Amino acid sequence: MDSKSFKRWQQEVASAKLRDAKFITASGDPVEMLGTPEMIKDLDYDRDLGMPGQYPYTRGVHATMYRGRLWTMRQFAGFGSPEDTNQRFKYLLENGQTGLSVAFDLPTLMGRDADDPWSEGEVGVCGVSVSSLRDMEILFDGIPLDKVSTSMTINSPAIILLAFYIAVAEKQGVKPEQLRGTIQNDILKEYIAQKEYIFPPSPSMRIIVDMIEYCTESMPQWNTISISGYHIREAGSTALQELAFTLADGFAYIEAAMERGLDIDAFAPRLSFFFNAHNDFFEEIAKYRAARRIYARRMKEKYGAKKERSWMLRFHTQTAGCTLTAQQPENNIVRVAYQALAAVLGGTQSLHTNSMDETLALPSEKAVKIALRTQQILAYESGVPHTIDPLAGSYFMEDLTNKMEQGAEEYFKKIEELGGVIPAIEKGFFQREIAEAAYRYQLEIENNDRYIVGVNAFQDKDEKIEIPLLQISPEVEKEQVRRLQELKRERDNNKVQSLLKELKQAAIENKNLMPVIIEAAKAYATVGEMINTLKDVFGEYQESTDF
Amino acid sequence: MEKKIRILVAKAGLDGHDRGAKVVASFFRDAGFEVIYSGLRQTPQMIVQTALQEDVDVIAISMLSGAHMTVFPRVLQLMKENNMNDVLLTGGGIMSDEDIQKLQEMGVGRLFGPGSSLHEAVAYVREWYEKTKGAKPEKENHD
Repeated sequence: MDSKSFKRWQQEVASAKLRDAKFITASGDPVEMLGTPEMIKDLDYDRDLGMPGQYPYTRGVHATMYRGRLWTMRQFAGFGSPEDTNQRFKYLLENGQTGLSVAFDLPTLMGRDADDPWSEGEVGVCGVSVSSLRDMEILFDGIPLDKVSTSMTINSPAIILLAFYIAVAEKQGVKPEQLRGTIQNDILKEYIAQKEYIFPPSPSMRIIVDMIEYCTESMPQWNTISISGYHIREAGSTALQELAFTLADGFAYIEAAMERGLDIDAFAPRLSFFFNAHNDFFEEIAKYRAARRIYARRMKEKYGAKKERSWMLRFHTQTAGCTLTAQQPENNIVRVAYQALAAVLGGTQSLHTNSMDETLALPSEKAVKIALRTQQILAYESGVPHTIDPLAGSYFMEDLTNKMEQGAEEYFKKIEELGGVIPAIEKGFFQREIAEAAYRYQLEIENNDRYIVGVNAFQDKDEKIEIPLLQISPEVEKEQVRRLQELKRERDNNKVQSLLKELKQAAIENKNLMPVIIEAAKAYATVGEMINTLKDVFGEYQESTDF
Repeated sequence: MEKKIRILVAKAGLDGHDRGAKVVASFFRDAGFEVIYSGLRQTPQMIVQTALQEDVDVIAISMLSGAHMTVFPRVLQLMKENNMNDVLLTGGGIMSDEDIQKLQEMGVGRLFGPGSSLHEAVAYVREWYEKTKGAKPEKENHD
């Protein structure tokens, strides 16, 4: 770069009039006005980027990327009764969706049955209600589990829902080793961000290692954890915090499984990640590229993984629900499209695009279809998937990717100084960092340092919202409670009680919980019964109420 | 004499998404309010109990799980049973206009949807306080 022309440019900029705006990323960091070769003079192509499908995977995990196979278009769905959601699944499959993704309601997420007093008013509202194997049988009725891959967003009671899935498959004549899909099963981010925890962190980690152990042996095509930054970001973190905290969680699972004596190359290839696609286009792409590189380096150099599959960070992306506005909701279609483009330029393996009405209610059929079509237009019309990692070599992009990696390494050091992820959770470190970032972001909006179209800029004063909103009938709760009570009358209650005793014993004796939970699931023991049994042994977690 | 407004910011039900509640709590605190944050998983009984113990002027409930039509009426009823006639029940979260209207007809104060201004929420509580208690609260810090 000619230094004279660079100086001249600097002088011209210094005397020029600039827009009255804050040039900051969504995370609040300053943005360079111009990328220059100077910013990446130490970048070594082979060391820092490499070829797609090769270490350190900065450019993607597959040699051919989207020329070989497009990302999986996986829309998250679940509401009301298992019958309602079953119909939505069939609708999505008929419309070209290639994988299922189940949203459970809050009672299920918290390990409570539909007839639990805490569940009142929440049954089937934020997702589908599943209390027992019977509900799960209805949910997947007529959907061949050897043909579709299913993702389940469930954490604290994940071991029970996975057991239900295995049991439904068996009834369809499908063996565990044929099952493809992902269970979220990321408890650490629950303490950090989403707060749907039940047990304290240590027994929760033990349950996850039980699942990894079982799945490694019996479900070779199943992704055992989807280590999730999505919720960390939705809770208000910056992009860098999302990256660093998510990877730190991932490394904590790896270390826990290695401590159990599991071979890293046996389980690591089945770990996957889940990131958010927020508003800041370039920052998001840099985040995904940095994530792959950091992960590959650690897996190979620190943990000594030998298999290439163990080094690869594969991930699902969801566009950022928290960026959607209730005002002028149709604009959300555009926000989602840009976010989806960032995810694809960042090399995601799977994508959920949010529906425009999600800030008001669960998505209507029309809104879901537009969200899916947004992905299809990107995949089949835009030409974007034709070339791999097209932003590589961009001064700005590579600099941003480097900064993300360096920033994450600094966070890893801090976490280590606090004694690791679990002690850092117990000290409230992540929670405080995220709450501060969320507050800062909101103040930027309040003070008009950041514009949100329709909210603090370009408002429509007389706006009337005319999109159809999906309403969940209170009848769903009544019907779910009725069905559960009927089940409790019909099943072999002696068998259920004896299996619950066995479960308690296995928890006390530190035996792998998976086999007994599968048996209890088949006997129609409920989510609540099994969770309560485990609560007797493990206790319940409560975080401090500091804010 | 000027007095600080005491406000309970509460998360009700099973939902753990506390971003909104914490942002609002921080903003009220910086506006000079005395803020009590309930923590997660509070029943209507627990919320009203805390409000009584802490002698708050305002209860602000954050709800996005969709259970607002169960929670708000319960809290309102318990407030009546405990003669909390001079306490404001307000809140925010994801609720349809129709539900908001129904809740306000029952006696709930203003409810703030997504994208609402925090300054507006503070102004609303101050105005209510002045009107109901006939006293001026302490000045806001960051306006």
